[in-house]
Amino acid sequence: MSNNNAVAAAAFAELQETARESWERLREKPLILIGAATCGRAAGALSLLEEVKNEINRLQLDANIIEVGCMGHCYAEPVMVIYNAGFPAICYGYVKEGVGARIVRDFLTEGDPGIEFALAALEPNDLFPTFADFPRGVHENKIVLEQCGFIDPQNIDHYIATGGYAALVKALEMSPEAIIETIKSSGLRGRGGAGFPTGVKWETCRNAPGTPKYVICNADEGDPGAFMDRTILESNPHLMVEGLAIAARAVGAEQGYVYIRAEYPLAVERVTLAVQQAREKGLLGNSILGTGFNFDIEIFQGSGAFVCGEETALIASMEGKPGIPRHRPPFPAVSGLWGKPTIINNVKTLSYVPHIMKNGAEWFKSIGSEKNPGTAIFALAGKVINTGLAEVPMSTTLNELIFDVGSGIAGGKKFKAVQIGGPSGGCLPETALDTPIDFDSLTGAGAMMGSGGMVVLDEDDCMVEIARFFLDFTQKESCGKCTFCRLGTKHMLDVLERITRGQGRPGDIDLLQELAAKVKAGSLCSLGKTAPNPVLSTIKYFRDEYEAHINEGRCPSLMCKDLIAYYILPDKCERSCDACVGSCPVEAIHDNEDRIKVIDQKKCVKCDSCMVACPPQYKAVVKLSPPHLVQEKEKEYREGKKQWQKK
Amino acid sequence: MAEKVTITIDGRTVSAEAGEMLLWAALDNGIYIPHLCADREDKENPAASCRLCFVEVQGRPVPVPACTLPVSEGLVINTRSERVDGLVAAAFELLMSNHKLDCKNCPANGNCELQRIAKERKLRLKPKNLPVLERNLPVDNSVAGLVYDPNKCVLCGRCVRACRRGGNAVLGFTRRGYDRVVTTFGDVPLAESGCSGCGECAGACPVGAFSVQK
Ligand SMILES: Cc1cc2nc3c(=O)[nH]c(=O)nc-3n(C[C@H](O)[C@H](O)[C@H](O)COP(=O)(O)O)c2cc1C
Repeated sequence: MSNNNAVAAAAFAELQETARESWERLREKPLILIGAATCGRAAGALSLLEEVKNEINRLQLDANIIEVGCMGHCYAEPVMVIYNAGFPAICYGYVKEGVGARIVRDFLTEGDPGIEFALAALEPNDLFPTFADFPRGVHENKIVLEQCGFIDPQNIDHYIATGGYAALVKALEMSPEAIIETIKSSGLRGRGGAGFPTGVKWETCRNAPGTPKYVICNADEGDPGAFMDRTILESNPHLMVEGLAIAARAVGAEQGYVYIRAEYPLAVERVTLAVQQAREKGLLGNSILGTGFNFDIEIFQGSGAFVCGEETALIASMEGKPGIPRHRPPFPAVSGLWGKPTIINNVKTLSYVPHIMKNGAEWFKSIGSEKNPGTAIFALAGKVINTGLAEVPMSTTLNELIFDVGSGIAGGKKFKAVQIGGPSGGCLPETALDTPIDFDSLTGAGAMMGSGGMVVLDEDDCMVEIARFFLDFTQKESCGKCTFCRLGTKHMLDVLERITRGQGRPGDIDLLQELAAKVKAGSLCSLGKTAPNPVLSTIKYFRDEYEAHINEGRCPSLMCKDLIAYYILPDKCERSCDACVGSCPVEAIHDNEDRIKVIDQKKCVKCDSCMVACPPQYKAVVKLSPPHLVQEKEKEYREGKKQWQKK
Repeated sequence: MAEKVTITIDGRTVSAEAGEMLLWAALDNGIYIPHLCADREDKENPAASCRLCFVEVQGRPVPVPACTLPVSEGLVINTRSERVDGLVAAAFELLMSNHKLDCKNCPANGNCELQRIAKERKLRLKPKNLPVLERNLPVDNSVAGLVYDPNKCVLCGRCVRACRRGGNAVLGFTRRGYDRVVTTFGDVPLAESGCSGCGECAGACPVGAFSVQK
């Protein structure tokens, strides 16, 4: 083996040499990075790329442009970075049409870095703050996301030049037992949701009888609003590939699979290319780097069923059977794909592995907290200002994540709750914002870590409706196999729908809680076992909202359509303005005898158009709940007028 | 012959084959545990979907479905406890909220597993706390002598497996969530599905959703 090691080390040194050369060559000229992951593309990154290329050609400038993935600042897409000698590297955000060409022109021809468009500098300087100078930077600690947005995901050389695949080479020199020991003592817990200790899972698989063994990367990511795994695969796919190869080496597998949803075409493309490039470099395939260790990876595209992310359903789906969970045990580590011992790990879990192999278990344990070492990666979504990806040490508080990293609530609104842990997570209120983000604390608070989805809710969000929304998702995505999940969630959903329609009954809250407890206790897989969480946590923290719906027919957040009515305040209406009348799609708004606009409640479809159309200086359109308040207001108006006429 | 082990169920010492799923060991020893989806001819691959056969296992924190539990020497089981009864009652009520209740006219009357469970566990056939969810699916009587009323189906899957073993393998599950249903490929009537009318499904159905008409 030691002979093999020397061969591998020499072969790898050669790869590193080539990679470094091409990496350094990039920086010999000004270098422009354009964030072109799915988030960037949605905001116009590809036209920005075109625009910048054209400008460079037009001015006959000598510069390198590369497409990179996402740095996590999705709120500011499209994002562009320029390395220009003599200046600190600068990251620009919100690079709208025309702006990209202008920045490049001014910067590369006149030395004007255009700091009015900059988000931050990437290295300390006297000119401009870096990301680390913002509240966000205090908390951020990028391990998995470190290279995301800074290297070309389509170029394996960039990954190798920045330290990639060295961990695999190291792992090839170690015994499988030693690799497992390292992962075990690092305390790494699975990032797919359950937080199961990764090293223990690997050890079980290694010791399980049966060959061949398989390793699978779970990139199904079915949580609505979640995009951590997608972004990582689009931005730095080799990290997962390397992690999967190390896992294979540890458990003794020769075949790996990446189970990735077909709705992620760019991620599929990037992973496919990464695997191909790794194979070409001899980092995958037969006798990797001449060590005699064989391992290869195949991509399997799933078709977007949430439940197929559950490991036994995922395996069934790979075997060509319906994607339906089965009873565990046996766990996949003992009997998985084709009945063979199989490791299934999440994208993020595997992406930590190379870093742990490189820096050691102690290093990993020094980040986060004792039982929850390492970082947490979240996709911030909803009403938060800085939507995007964030990586912070475990045990950072929700408060810090939402208000420092996320910059708080958009539109000056008030924070109400954070829905954390995906569709089966829970909603935590302001009073729980001190909760540290880790597997155990979040579960204790009635939510869960999940895979890293986080939706921030503000005062306009009705918590009953939020619970209904998530349960509607899990109910539709339930495979329907087991009684509790198929019928229990259906009954719960019916009750919630009734409540949001104003037809709630006394006793509904108790009924929901009873059903929830049974569905949690009785369901076959974790989909059912966790589906009631949004309902239970909203009842726990926002019971008053349920009661207002049930007892008063009132939606305190003015969100449930059946419980609100639109009303035009007579003393605010400008009379000669017709904005609302023109905006109404059903001609429900007309003038009264005083030319004040009045909404015909029978015709109104509550589309919100008039409220949007009413000019902000008047703000005459309001929502009232319960809807019968409109009649009271109208009566008040008529009586007030009568009195006035009498005088 | 597999090795024999001694286990305790509800205080009774019984002998069973090592590795046999507990449900069958109990039933073979005359101890009743409610069940619908369990299939004696496919013991190793329990569907564990009806969620009725929960039992308490000494040393385990939560009740376990008996159809999934291989027995081993010294296992101590209680088929009843407050938690088990709560789960079984809840699963049963859920199933009954979605089963067309028409015992009087049902061919399975008197030989129905739901009636048996209700009797054994003193449960109501008519759900008490839950509204009835009506499915209003069409009854299929396209094959002479065979009637399939999906509104009675509890989705235990026994017909599907029986059809695969003894029939022409025309039955299967389709759709997700609440819409999951036993049907033919492409949802065509049985007569167009290749069904031979052998009646294996009716023999397997514990609740009268499939029945043979003379
Ligand atoms: C309904 C359901 C959906 C799931 N979806 C995913 C998913 O999209 N990605 C994932 O990694 N794990 C998902 N899981 C968790 C997997 O079953 C499994 O625990 C995980 O992939 C193990 O990887 P880890 O040990 O790295 O966390 C899901 C579980 C359930 C019950």
